[in-house]
Amino acid sequence: MMTKRVRGARAVAAIVGGGAVLLATACGGGGGEDGGEVTLVLDTFGVMGFEDRIAAFEEENPGITVEERNIVDTADYTPQLQQNIASGSGAGDVVAIEEANIAQFIAQDDRFVDLNDHGGAELEENFLAWKWEQGHTPDGKLVGLGTDIGSMGVCYNVQLFEDAGLPTDREEVGELWPTWEEFISTGEEFMEADTGASFVSTIQPYFRAVSAQAGGAVYQDEQGELVLESNDTTRAAFDTVTAMSEAGLSASLPIWSDEWNAGIQNNTFATLPCPAWMLGHIESTAGDAGEGRWDVAAVPGGSGNWGGSFLAVPEQSEHPEEAAALAEFLTAPEGQLSTWNAVNTLPSSPEALESEEVQSFTRPYFNDAPVGEIYVPSAMELEPVYYGPDTQAIDDAFRAALESVEQGQASPDEAWDTAVGEAERATGEG
Amino acid sequence: MTSTEHGAPPSARSADPRPAATATGRRPGRNRGTLMSRLDVKGSPYLFIAPFFVLFGVFGLFPLLYTVWVSLHEWSLIGGNEGFIGLDNYVRLATDAKFWLALYNTLGIFLIAVVPQLLLALTLADVLNRRIRGQSAFRMTLILPYITSIAALAIVFSQLFGSEFGLINQALGYLGFDPINWRGDKYFSWVAIAVMIDWRWTGYNALIYLAAMQAVPKDVYEAASLDGASRLRQFFQITIPMLRPTIIFTVIISTIGQMQLFTEPAIFDTGGNMAGGTQGQFQTVMMLVFQEAFRYGNYGYGSAIAWVLFVLVVVLGLVNTLISSRIKGA
Repeated sequence: MMTKRVRGARAVAAIVGGGAVLLATACGGGGGEDGGEVTLVLDTFGVMGFEDRIAAFEEENPGITVEERNIVDTADYTPQLQQNIASGSGAGDVVAIEEANIAQFIAQDDRFVDLNDHGGAELEENFLAWKWEQGHTPDGKLVGLGTDIGSMGVCYNVQLFEDAGLPTDREEVGELWPTWEEFISTGEEFMEADTGASFVSTIQPYFRAVSAQAGGAVYQDEQGELVLESNDTTRAAFDTVTAMSEAGLSASLPIWSDEWNAGIQNNTFATLPCPAWMLGHIESTAGDAGEGRWDVAAVPGGSGNWGGSFLAVPEQSEHPEEAAALAEFLTAPEGQLSTWNAVNTLPSSPEALESEEVQSFTRPYFNDAPVGEIYVPSAMELEPVYYGPDTQAIDDAFRAALESVEQGQASPDEAWDTAVGEAERATGEG
Repeated sequence: MTSTEHGAPPSARSADPRPAATATGRRPGRNRGTLMSRLDVKGSPYLFIAPFFVLFGVFGLFPLLYTVWVSLHEWSLIGGNEGFIGLDNYVRLATDAKFWLALYNTLGIFLIAVVPQLLLALTLADVLNRRIRGQSAFRMTLILPYITSIAALAIVFSQLFGSEFGLINQALGYLGFDPINWRGDKYFSWVAIAVMIDWRWTGYNALIYLAAMQAVPKDVYEAASLDGASRLRQFFQITIPMLRPTIIFTVIISTIGQMQLFTEPAIFDTGGNMAGGTQGQFQTVMMLVFQEAFRYGNYGYGSAIAWVLFVLVVVLGLVNTLISSRIKGA
């Protein structure tokens, strides 16, 4: 809509004469031109910390102005972006895409610029292998360049661990659970101590963590076919986390619900799967009273990731060349370090991850936990994971299924069948 | 101006001076003039009501018919129209356990929400129709829930019906009862949603009843009182019969609204994926439409469900009308 309206305005302006000045102020949407001046619109969500680098980009490229349009909630941002992409107008020149939705947009790759045509192919070493892969179509078109990642750790409640007679030092805690089996037996030990709290809040986020560790296709393969019944790893992850529930470890609080958040404040559960960004959520939820109560240890199985984003250039952009340059500039190692320094989103560039700034970083709220040291190895070791275009819907189905197990409404087998049935509906196979 | 052979009523003709002027001006234009005037007389009323019908056509009828068209296709968010498949979506729907479950949920919630709601609204209206202190304050309070934002509703009721820290469960705990899993247990989830619906709509219906009650002549009640009829008897033998058309109206409106029940169960759900609980305990038909179309991207199948729901609403509306005309006739 936006570009069309701008073009219409241009025609009118030409007739009236001298309308070019008006036009420059009128086109906030699709990016416009006025005597060599280029305005690029950057669509972002949440807090991405690009401000410094945008200023640097504008300085290095005179004549280009970058306008950031931010929508805080991805639940609002993504459907709007999807509509703009599908209708062929209204999207920014560069758009941010969240990990859970990247495959959905890659499935519409004809609506995005192949960044290989703009020097993207040489950037491979700027990214972790799995992150680089996630931004590609099955036939090698480069749609998205990685910004940040989530990586994976386990947050634990220091006070509850102490009450249960478990070690509280983060090194020792990490050594309690090299594998998920040992994580579960630690949980059983914790429950025997009868602290009144549960060991895990809900098994759903653990499912995501465990299933990603196996690498490869989790729900769908690159042709979009469901692999739930053909690969053993997803079912194995399902069995691992339902075993947590069977062992009575779960508080059964649906993730992100008010009750779940209240549980973070009220010491209702002892552990949480913790991507780097989750630290911020705990800090803001538990507040001042919770300072020093939570700490973060290594994740069982060693590797993992949850969340993170990409930048892509929609085909509808009128300045693909400049837009691609902006995307590459923002996702370069220096760009990622800059956002790390600004808002602590973990870089997806190995070079940035290994830098002193990331490695030596500690977080006071979590007893000065060396966050960089804990998260970097987990991100480096992760095998490439593939999430298909219907990931969001399938994830929702598994979430419901896992919650029905922990709330005692269904057996693991029944819940698995339900989830597979829903996944078939979501992929159109049902 | 001998126009009687054209058959137009003279009164209508004389009301419009324009064709007459044209007719006297030029002879060849005379036929056209009378034609224009006939068109004006016959056409103008349609022109005046056209805006509604044009808008209804664009925003009401077209989407309705387009939904039928979409429902006959394999149609997805990303792929668009993927080919004509005839009635396959409807055949699938007939054997789809999720659809029948959603329909069962919708009808179940409808029953436990609407029946108490209308009874309560009637009682409230009757109380407020009497001379009581602070009458207008109470009457205004009735409409408050209806104008309260949905977001506030969601927050308040999620605090009330939380399973772990919810107010109701805490109160039950003090009284020595086990906590209720409001979202997990099918029938308790229906009760919670029915409470939300009734909280929001009872006052609205009560106001409609109240308006109708004020139209009942006071002398009927006075005569009844003189004859020694109790208030209860007055209510059942004067108020209810006099309100019959209004009651029928609210029943029909509630039926149409509740069949499309969406907001309350959607905000009661956690996560916003329109699954209606972990096992679809309270997934309504509208939620299923939303889930299929906008969460799973199956526009074709979603449209088929939406269309069947529309037909169901029409059928239920007709049944309502039939019953009510019988009542009127009796």
